[in-house]
Amino acid sequence: MIEPSELLRMLQSAFPGGDVQVEDLTGTRDHYRAVVVSEAFEGKGLIERHRAVYAALGDAMRSKIHALTLETKTPGERGRRLT
Amino acid sequence: MRDDVRSKIQGYIQSNRVLLFMKGTKQFPQCGFSARAVEALKRSGAEFETINVLSDPEIREGIKEFSNWPTIPQVYIDGQFVGGSDILLELFQSGELAKLVQPKS
Repeated sequence: MIEPSELLRMLQSAFPGGDVQVEDLTGTRDHYRAVVVSEAFEGKGLIERHRAVYAALGDAMRSKIHALTLETKTPGERGRRLT
Repeated sequence: MRDDVRSKIQGYIQSNRVLLFMKGTKQFPQCGFSARAVEALKRSGAEFETINVLSDPEIREGIKEFSNWPTIPQVYIDGQFVGGSDILLELFQSGELAKLVQPKS
């Protein structure tokens, strides 16, 4: 388990200047959805983007988080398709 | 990861053009993300094989190290790692997956 605030802090520090939202999908603090909007994703494919997020979470991803649904966008992409 | 586990994984990937490492089977997926991956592949017209990582703990951990990806399911097409459930769904929704799964003519 990981606190939403902790997950948010980890992602925000890994993507400075980015816009991060986290959502505890089941209330059990181990099934999360995270949306990360960052210029760091510019020119990167989905695999690279998701790997960057997994790298930022490190061991938490292996031990504390059971499921993590990701949405990784650049500021430009988010503007075009408002989800 | 032991060499025999690595070569077992390589063997699976090289002998199946479209391969899904999942929890459970096509008929009985044991996890929502794996079920969604099966659905996306089916709807994109893919002919694919599956490996049930629940029946082989060494593969279940080995594949994460092999592809440097911490979660299951994982999809390989033409020997290349394509992604997990999220990426598969995005590729499906954009129509990209249907192209990827077509055998190279």
